[in-house]
Amino acid sequence: MAIRVFLLLLLFLSSAIVSFSLYEDQAGLADWHQRYIGKVKHAVFHTQKTGRKRVIVSTEENVVASLDLRHGEIFWRHVLGTKDAIDGVGIALGKYVITLSSEGSTLRAWNLPDGQMVWETALSSAHHSKSLLSVPINLKVDKDYPITVFGGGYLHAVSAIDGEVLWEKDFTAEGFEVQRVLQPLGSTVIYVLGFVNLSEAVVYQIDSKIGEVVAQKSMVFPGGFSGEISSVSSDKVVVLDSKKSILVTIGFIDGDISFQKTPVSDLVENSGNAEILSPLLSNMLAVKVNKRTIFVKVGGEGKLEVVDSLSDETAMSDSLPVADDQEAFASVHHEGSKIHLMVKLVNELDNVLLRETIQMDQHRGRVHKVFMNNYIRTDRSNGFRALIVMEDHSLLLLQQGAIVWSREEGLASVTDVTTAELPVEKDGVSVAKVEHTLFEWLKGHVLKLKGSLLLASPEDVVAIQELRVKSSGKNKLTRDHNGFRKLILALTRAGKLFALHTGDGRIVWSMLLKSQACERPNGISLYQWQVPHHHAMDKNPSVLVVGRCGSDSSAPGVLSFVDVYTGKKITSSDIGHSVVQVLPLPFTDSTEQRLHLIADTVGHVHLYPKTSEALSIFQREFQNIYWYTVGADDGIIRGHVMKSSCSGETADEYCFTTRELWTVVFPSESEKIISTLTRKPNEVVHTQAKVNTDQDLLYKYVSRNLLFVATVSPKGAGEIGSVTPEESSLVVYLIDTITGRILHRLSHQGCQGPVHAVFSENWVVYHYFNLRAHKYEVTVVEIYDQSRAENKNVWKLILGKHNLTAPITSYSRPEVFTKSQSYFFAQSVKTIAVTSTAKGITSKQLLIGTIGDQILALDKRFVDPRRTLNPSQAEKEEGIIPLTDSLPIIPQSYVTHSHRVEGLKGIVTAPSKLESTTHVFAYGVDLFYTRLAPSKTYDSLTDDFSYALLLITIVALVAAIYITWALSEKKELSEKWR
Amino acid sequence: MAKLTLVFFLSFLIFSSSIAFQSDELLVDDDEFGLEGAKPRSTDLYTSSSSPQQQQQQSPTIRRRYSDPTDLDSKVQFTLEHAFGDSDFSPAGTFSARLKTWSHGGKTLTKLRFSRNDFSAEEKDAFKNLLKGDDFYRIRLPSNVVSPPGREFVVASVRARCLPRDGLDEHFIIHMEGANILAVSYGSPGACQYPRQFKLPAKWSFNSHTILKSSEQAPRTPIFTEEILGSENAEGEVEPPPERSFWAKYWMYLIPLGLVVMNAVTQASNMAEEPTGGQAGGAQVQQPARRR
Repeated sequence: MAIRVFLLLLLFLSSAIVSFSLYEDQAGLADWHQRYIGKVKHAVFHTQKTGRKRVIVSTEENVVASLDLRHGEIFWRHVLGTKDAIDGVGIALGKYVITLSSEGSTLRAWNLPDGQMVWETALSSAHHSKSLLSVPINLKVDKDYPITVFGGGYLHAVSAIDGEVLWEKDFTAEGFEVQRVLQPLGSTVIYVLGFVNLSEAVVYQIDSKIGEVVAQKSMVFPGGFSGEISSVSSDKVVVLDSKKSILVTIGFIDGDISFQKTPVSDLVENSGNAEILSPLLSNMLAVKVNKRTIFVKVGGEGKLEVVDSLSDETAMSDSLPVADDQEAFASVHHEGSKIHLMVKLVNELDNVLLRETIQMDQHRGRVHKVFMNNYIRTDRSNGFRALIVMEDHSLLLLQQGAIVWSREEGLASVTDVTTAELPVEKDGVSVAKVEHTLFEWLKGHVLKLKGSLLLASPEDVVAIQELRVKSSGKNKLTRDHNGFRKLILALTRAGKLFALHTGDGRIVWSMLLKSQACERPNGISLYQWQVPHHHAMDKNPSVLVVGRCGSDSSAPGVLSFVDVYTGKKITSSDIGHSVVQVLPLPFTDSTEQRLHLIADTVGHVHLYPKTSEALSIFQREFQNIYWYTVGADDGIIRGHVMKSSCSGETADEYCFTTRELWTVVFPSESEKIISTLTRKPNEVVHTQAKVNTDQDLLYKYVSRNLLFVATVSPKGAGEIGSVTPEESSLVVYLIDTITGRILHRLSHQGCQGPVHAVFSENWVVYHYFNLRAHKYEVTVVEIYDQSRAENKNVWKLILGKHNLTAPITSYSRPEVFTKSQSYFFAQSVKTIAVTSTAKGITSKQLLIGTIGDQILALDKRFVDPRRTLNPSQAEKEEGIIPLTDSLPIIPQSYVTHSHRVEGLKGIVTAPSKLESTTHVFAYGVDLFYTRLAPSKTYDSLTDDFSYALLLITIVALVAAIYITWALSEKKELSEKWR
Repeated sequence: MAKLTLVFFLSFLIFSSSIAFQSDELLVDDDEFGLEGAKPRSTDLYTSSSSPQQQQQQSPTIRRRYSDPTDLDSKVQFTLEHAFGDSDFSPAGTFSARLKTWSHGGKTLTKLRFSRNDFSAEEKDAFKNLLKGDDFYRIRLPSNVVSPPGREFVVASVRARCLPRDGLDEHFIIHMEGANILAVSYGSPGACQYPRQFKLPAKWSFNSHTILKSSEQAPRTPIFTEEILGSENAEGEVEPPPERSFWAKYWMYLIPLGLVVMNAVTQASNMAEEPTGGQAGGAQVQQPARRR
């Protein structure tokens, strides 16, 4: 007993105190961190000061960043909040980067060299509207021209030096929407052109110093405008009318307004609806008509004439002044696997300044955006470089006919992640020659020994670090014994699938989704399609990528099957029906392809793969296949069961109809679904029983069919603090998805979402805000099965009189009870995950993605509902921690150590073959991967274990034995001779 | 052990007192909430047409409800409908209850009664077909009892073969939120054997058990103020570790020590004959230690 106590205490202490922190020299051994920025929206080149050339970009992931033009590295970057979308970016005074965000209500200035925030100004805003940022281009740094900002019905003039609002004009009453702000150089009067209700053009002349309206002119356009606008010169803009068939040139020279109408049909024959493209070209505009891009030159009197026409798939940049008052622009178009970059003068389209052809990877798709920049070559001629954004969101810099650098920015918007095994090492291939000679091997171990004896010099430490990385062989493209090397498959918003190596995070292969039905399907989700491990061993594993043609949920779906080893698409099919839900079934066919059901919007489900074998397997289990749908909008959860083949309606024998079995109707006036969650389908539970302190058994209620639902009062669905505690309550449910039984229901008065939850084995941990206590709370619910509680008697087990092997059916009335406990938690949370190991033996850790974009590992023992204020001795032995009102945040237990996973969206865990270890992959704007051992690596020696030391010790001991033996022999002999 | 229970009891008191305080604040008519001072339970109301045991258990609570009639009560009735497989729903029984309106605007159902219609001849046939096909017997209730059917019907189903025992045993758990029905759990009162056997009921009458359930309140997160901790300390000598004998504590040290001593003794006796065997003796003493 005592020794058990001792051992347990030792175990407890060792795990509790040393925890899971990392030594400094271990950082970067098993983990990697990649920094991204997202798909670039705006780019502003900064080349005024020679020296470090950089480009300022703002992205769709709300990142503003400064990139090195030579290498594409990030000098600095700032990730704004998820709701703080960037509307405009500019450079003021030659030293500040100005960003306008949140629909024109936040203006910030960042110091250009280091990215420090200089000032931030909150601007008043009355309603949602398009916003506009106009930063004056002034070459004299000392003179402060105000920045004009329009957003939410207000026009503001803001000083660039300190962000002070100089004046503001309220246009909310008139409904005036500013379209263009013109600041003639050297004049204090600014011209503000805008529309009232899209039917009246108004020009204000405003004194930029005091904000007084000097003059105002307005003119009604009878047809109304469509809102698409392009400014062609300093005093002219071109807009489309509401029917999108007439181009209207609006001139506002000196505050006078003049309209000039040109029907599009005059320019192009048989024209359909026109669309003004975004590039700003001087005295010219680009219009998309009939799937072609036409260039329309705007004459002095507003006369329009077509000068050129290009195929639709051409991307263009804004025009840029080059020498001699001329402007040039860049255009990029595809031809086979090549892209052609052309820089032309705006005035003479035949005069091509630059023509380059570059080989381009097919899996990058089309060019979406081009940003052009000029520079002076060594021979004093004009050189051009172009920053291009591809369809897969990657960012490339083209210069001198080559890709100077590229960034895979698609990885900043990962939507789904799964893991896959690497190929097994072939017999012919020997284990990579890591240890070349015995001498090197010895040298390495001597170095390690020095390191462990704290004798190593700084150079040695570096050498050891290198050696470790090299000798671990972690970057090989084959499976390893411990399962540490794996592929992480990440599907991005752009519909590109990446395979990342867990060793160093490099991209092993990537593939852009394609479909016949539509140009570019969106990626929705990823599923393990074929994982051969018993049969079909000659086959490569494959994944199923579900995509959709269009953003609407009723859009037709696209399935692609991708070989994991090679990254090649095996097949892809346009399935002709929509995809609402994909249900992987627990059955595989003889080639280990997993059966999947795909539900469409009509209420039918479709079976995949479409083989007769799959059909026969499915028919066998037809009675036992259930599924559910969550209607988050109408607050109804419905359970369904298979009914029959829908052969009556279609000839498709793989299509089935379903019928409704149960509903849970949440009252719309008091509850709104904000979160639903199920267990991971592939989770392994090691033991179903839990031994209590008093040698009592508790059976976990381990069911795959449990659904966790959290609802809040509709009032409380908004921001935290927008309601009083009396108005808001949070209710959580555990629902059996076969029968619709509510197994657990608990309401938290005065609490509010957002709810972040994690569901594993028989427990749920969820995080929410307590309005009464003004704190975040974490609650744990554990659910136990009582129907098997009598199986404690050993004799019953021996004689087989237990019901442990009886099949469990959801139709039996469940006898369950729950235990729950709440704790305060000091941080707000972005996501929660839980570690998963191969056999589920290792204790679990919660991985909490905190608001600071870090990941905190918290032992599950801290959220044990059996914690009491004063645990008894027996409970302490079991590892129950005394109850505290809040959960501890131990700084050493941040698994991301010094890194931040900016814009953290999700955490994925996957087991390795070694039971103690789990893979953790976190994604957001950044990517982060590490291996975790929640209970330390009890089943293997660590990498830095010194075999040499062990060997030397053994040798020394053997030698010592012989020496002492010889000595004693000698002594004995001399004793006898005495 | 007694101390331990005392501590538990104390902590329980702390919990329960804080909980009792909470229900006091929230609800005007506190005495409606069953046992005072207890952990706020879900206000389960059992009605049962053939389970006297349950009724007895719950009768004190129900008695209390009876003794507290309010003017704001109103009677409501809502129908249970059933369907056989894919057939249309038809009335199968009536629930009647008293709707109590609280002064703070909340509503609860009390005194739930249920009258089940017996199967007609066609329904019996339909049910037999269900049993043969192992198909679903479906029921539904309105989602709002004041203005049925409310937003939508609340549907529940069970494999028909789960119901027959002697008669037809059924068990409802109706989850309420005010006057709204969230969900109904429907099935047999006990286990449903799998694989399900085809079995016709001995008599075609229903044994119905009904439970009304409303939401359970989460206990407040305990806040350990100085006061509570102080009172804990004032209780004094919280749980001294259970006294164990000297042997139980130190046996793992004593046994090797004993071995060493024994070894030394034998060595000493050997040494008496051979006065110079000291070194060898030392080596021998190490042996047991190495073996461990």
